[in-house]
Amino acid sequence: MSINAYLAVGLGSAMGSALRYSVSLASMAMLGSHFPWGTLLVNVLGSCLIGWLAATASRAPHGKLARQQPLLVAGFCGGFTTFSLFSLETLHLAQQGSLGLALLYGIGSLPLCVFAAWMGERLAFLNQPAA
Amino acid sequence: MGHGITSVLLVALGGALGGIGRFAISNAMAHALGKAFPWGTLCVNASGALLAGWLLGVYGVANTQSLWLFAVAGLLGGYTTVSSFSLQTLELWQSGQANRAALNMVATLLLGIAMAALGWWLAQG
Repeated sequence: MSINAYLAVGLGSAMGSALRYSVSLASMAMLGSHFPWGTLLVNVLGSCLIGWLAATASRAPHGKLARQQPLLVAGFCGGFTTFSLFSLETLHLAQQGSLGLALLYGIGSLPLCVFAAWMGERLAFLNQPAA
Repeated sequence: MGHGITSVLLVALGGALGGIGRFAISNAMAHALGKAFPWGTLCVNASGALLAGWLLGVYGVANTQSLWLFAVAGLLGGYTTVSSFSLQTLELWQSGQANRAALNMVATLLLGIAMAALGWWLAQG
């Protein structure tokens, strides 16, 4: 891996992380901090985006999008989504006695994100019908 | 407003370093163990959850402290990832390896929660 790929990942991850933080602030202001809506939203959106990017790039392996994979995929999507905060929030909900919410959030999040990635892939196929 | 911009910059700086760390570890793990199973993402997410749990135990929920913004929202938030996990699980599923897809999902969830709890417990000393 070239140094440029690492720099692109760093730049993408910085932008994704800053946007994730902004989304979480906005969601706390709008929906309160009882349930981690912000993290759920970024993880679902980021998974949908990575599914779309992977499917689109695989159709044009030498296209502009495919060449920007380190910036967009490992960088932006990776930094935008977060697993550590998801784990912390699940633990925190359980520690606060909201066991039902902790279970729902913990067990529901990851399948929902895989489903979102699949949706993103479908969207890419909708935009570019198979040749 | 200056404080708000400083917060976003701290998160972005941490996120850049975390993302580069994740990229390096994922590449190294894929090189060492092959790409049949997403070991790199699992390893990154489990270790990130451990550190996040430890920081929660040490500092409590402190969403506005500079260290928390840099280390948890930024560094560990950027270091760990759900998007790669989702894509890799989907790819396992679509290549006819439903067992491995399910295993990745269960292992990620259980290991993540267990590691966060372990980190928190270690911080209680």
